[in-house]
Amino acid sequence: MPETLTKFIFGRLTLESLPLHEPIVVATFIAVALGGLALLGAVTYFRLWGYLWREWFTSVDHKKIGIMYMVLGLVMLLRGFSDAIMMRLQQAIAFNGSEGYLNAHHYDQIFTAHGVIMIFFVAMPFVTGLMNFVVPLQIGARDVSFPFLNNFSFWMTVGGAVLVMASLFVGEFARTGWLAYPPLSGIGYSPDVGVDYYIWALQVAGVGTTLSGINLICTIIKMRAPGMTMMRMPVFTWTSLCTNVLIVASFPVLTAVLTLLALDRYVGTNFFTNDFGGNPMMYVNLIWIWGHPEVYILILPLFGVFSEVTSTFSGKRLFGYTSMVYATVVITILSYLVWLHHFFTMGSGASVNSFFGITTMIISIPTGAKMFNWLFTMYRGRIRFELPMMWTVAFMLTFVVGGMTGVLLAVPPADFVLHNSLFLIAHFHNVIIGGVLFGLFAGIAYWWPKAFGFKLDPFWGKVSFWCWVVGFWFAFMPLYILGLMGVTRRVRVFDDPSLQIWFVIAGFGAFLIALGILSFLIQIGVSIMRREQLRDTTGDPWDARTLEWATSSPPPAYNFAFTPVIRDNDAWWDMKKAGYKRPLSGFKPIHMPSNTGTGVVLAVFSVALGFGLIWYMWWLAALSFVCLIATAIGHTFNYHRDFDIPAAEVTQTEEARTTLLAAQGAGA
Amino acid sequence: MKRFGALLLLPLAVLLSGCDFVVLAPAGDVAAQQRDLLVVSTLLMLLIIVPVMALTVFFAWRYRQANTAAAYTPDWDHSTKLELVIWAAPLLIIICLGALTWLGTHLLDPYRRIDRIEPGQPITQSHKPLRVEVVALDWKWLFIYPDYGIASVNELAAPVNQPIDFRITSSTVMNSFYIPALAGQIYAMPAMETKLHAVINRPGTYTGFSANYSGAGFSGMHFAFHGLSDQAFGEWVAQAKGAPATLSRESYLQLERPSENEPVRHYASVDPDLFGAILNLCVEPGKMCMNEMMSIDAKGGLGLAGVRNTLPLQYDKLARRGAVFGNDPSYVASICTAEEAAAASRAARDADAKYWPVRDLSPLRGAGLLSPGTGSRRADAGAPAPGLPGFEL
Repeated sequence: MPETLTKFIFGRLTLESLPLHEPIVVATFIAVALGGLALLGAVTYFRLWGYLWREWFTSVDHKKIGIMYMVLGLVMLLRGFSDAIMMRLQQAIAFNGSEGYLNAHHYDQIFTAHGVIMIFFVAMPFVTGLMNFVVPLQIGARDVSFPFLNNFSFWMTVGGAVLVMASLFVGEFARTGWLAYPPLSGIGYSPDVGVDYYIWALQVAGVGTTLSGINLICTIIKMRAPGMTMMRMPVFTWTSLCTNVLIVASFPVLTAVLTLLALDRYVGTNFFTNDFGGNPMMYVNLIWIWGHPEVYILILPLFGVFSEVTSTFSGKRLFGYTSMVYATVVITILSYLVWLHHFFTMGSGASVNSFFGITTMIISIPTGAKMFNWLFTMYRGRIRFELPMMWTVAFMLTFVVGGMTGVLLAVPPADFVLHNSLFLIAHFHNVIIGGVLFGLFAGIAYWWPKAFGFKLDPFWGKVSFWCWVVGFWFAFMPLYILGLMGVTRRVRVFDDPSLQIWFVIAGFGAFLIALGILSFLIQIGVSIMRREQLRDTTGDPWDARTLEWATSSPPPAYNFAFTPVIRDNDAWWDMKKAGYKRPLSGFKPIHMPSNTGTGVVLAVFSVALGFGLIWYMWWLAALSFVCLIATAIGHTFNYHRDFDIPAAEVTQTEEARTTLLAAQGAGA
Repeated sequence: MKRFGALLLLPLAVLLSGCDFVVLAPAGDVAAQQRDLLVVSTLLMLLIIVPVMALTVFFAWRYRQANTAAAYTPDWDHSTKLELVIWAAPLLIIICLGALTWLGTHLLDPYRRIDRIEPGQPITQSHKPLRVEVVALDWKWLFIYPDYGIASVNELAAPVNQPIDFRITSSTVMNSFYIPALAGQIYAMPAMETKLHAVINRPGTYTGFSANYSGAGFSGMHFAFHGLSDQAFGEWVAQAKGAPATLSRESYLQLERPSENEPVRHYASVDPDLFGAILNLCVEPGKMCMNEMMSIDAKGGLGLAGVRNTLPLQYDKLARRGAVFGNDPSYVASICTAEEAAAASRAARDADAKYWPVRDLSPLRGAGLLSPGTGSRRADAGAPAPGLPGFEL
């Protein structure tokens, strides 16, 4: 084949692009390939393809999409955590002249991938999944506003994850750090495909995130059950609303700034170059205008989870509901006024630095108020230390430390000595693990019985809990100490042998966290096997307070046979107190959206488009772009968008539940 | 039980005692003041963090389900007084911290010249600052001493108790110039100049490095910083002057090429206009300097002629420049000679205010504070008023 033709077809993809000469990558590839083949084989053998396609992949049911988001987050957590373990190992052994086992080419990709994956493809899917599953149930809706859009958003997020994973075996990932600051990420200093993988993975996933944000805002604003005024919404719904407002307001900034970077790299514009009028500081400002709200996007829904959990397991109304809501709104607004604290050391004047330092500190006031509200919810309660509550107490004790070091870093002169140090790394892992991750585990343990109809096994949950909590302190306290010793981040080899012991301790902590993740997986496996013992037939296993517990576990496709009427912000608690009786007759047909495979198809074309752009396969990019537009237009002619669940079927479902509840009532 | 607790802490204490907490025990006055602020802020926050943590544990234990003796008020969810306290307590702490931040940030602004050598020893007219021009290269540090006409790679020396004025830039990508023992860090960015003012108070050898990831050779991008007595510094300068190499524009272009773990190197003489040329991205012959370009643009630009005033790029720092659909890599051609450009750049630099305040502002207070480079209006206004009211931006 002539060279020009090869080049036309494959762009800059050659056999050398495949990392065949890298034993670690090849071994990983073989392991992943064998695992993948085994999985595909099993799915084929058990004839699950049709079931998965009909019931899950094409589903527009918010509950199933929520669960698929959680699965995506879990799978990517394993990848992101492998990166973390590799970094810990490298830093623990690269002393006394040893180069460790990773060269710069690998190590730099690993820390970049770790950050990107953990934020975009672990934390975001987990948070979005939780909101997707819980919010419509909490507000008494039958689905989200735009069910197809929801499915499409999910598959775009998967598409982004697929591109990141592809970079492991085809070509390479960015070697720039997770925010890809130019000029380093410009074409001059990163001419390879790594940054292009970064750009297109985030662009594809970003479409999904933005659309899902719009969807959930509409859902919360327009689809609340009658009687549920804004100030009667559960706190989780409130924090979800604020988070999605943040998403819609900030993700377009990310999309825009990555587009500008892509233009610099593809068509030779000079937005962020050193010369020709470009200014890399513009990129740094823009990316943090997205990046700072992003951390609140991650943490706010979990603040909601902690509110629900504290109130439920203390058997008490949430203390200070109104101030909780206002605190959330204040945090939402202020999160746009603090972005510069990520680069005090870039030479802004003292007044600018002080302004952003002080606005950052002001955020700690509503956050502190929230902390007190949880505290006084526990006060004079009857606290049941089930798993979700254990995670919540661990969060309260861990997060305040992270909050304190955060405010410390907001003092510009202190930031000058701690910026980019391992102290900073310890700080944000302190708030992200101690806040987001602990909250996710609390949320998963809390809502798992709602999603699957049986509780999670408490023993393995406790093993996982202790491994995580103890592992966290072992892994990140040494990093605080190292930061105070002036050790900076992203360093691959060290000269000073006295530092080694701390990296070894941190490595031990990471090992404990690995055990925590393993126990979590075992917990899921054991729970599935013991599901009959752990079965919840009531739909309300925790004696909880909000509306999602009013329906069965798992909820029927239509969530609620009759839309409930709300009189109080603890709607279900109020209903239980008022002696609520389930309606047993008079069921009507329920209008529901139909499944569609268009979301999957659009995401596949988007991935192909991204892949074509990354490798300069222009024919592939053009073709998939045309297919993408054609499919989108074609989908508008799909008139099979909805159907009615017949009244008979609703009656049957509800009667089955009546029997179950009656059996349980008789048993008790 | 308590004794056992102490025993458990023992290995930790041993571990910690063997460490060099350079951030908490620096050797320079600026870093020491930054450390003070760090410690004060931490203590201030512990005022609220410790009670919160204690209350969490106490409430969790006191109101556990098994303890039926504890009060249980399932519907109690509001108390205006309590709400007032839980918003006011953090607010008060933040007001204190905010005031501290505002003052500390202005006093410790790295662009501002220092006004004391150490506590109780204000700067006087006899303290002549040592000027050092810092260039972050891929992946090593170049230090130019314009007062002595020497330069060094990956080694920095300064006499103790003498103010140091750093002017910092980078040749390619962003780095951060950081010597923890001396002062906080500041970014080194291409085509931009940042400043740092500091002083080292104790002789010794300290570590400096880049604190912002800059590519493959980043881990090896560190240097030794020597705090020397006046005499030892004189010897160090003499040693550098005796080095065989000199740093011209040509040899700089060689030095600039990416390399890792560079050994220490000295240059006996330096092209005096080199730093200005690096800063303005015009070390390569025939390339228009950024300041030249900006000054032309400020006067209305060259119109269409300016668009055509480019030449193909011959020198590539890394593998390739130019985007796949972009124009061929090019640069803007200079319309004056390198000497003319350098002279203009020098003139601009010398126009910087030579103002040198002689005031002792320690300990932290904002009285008589000047924002950097705003002339002497405030200093002429007589003795600074004590305390906060005299504070001015």
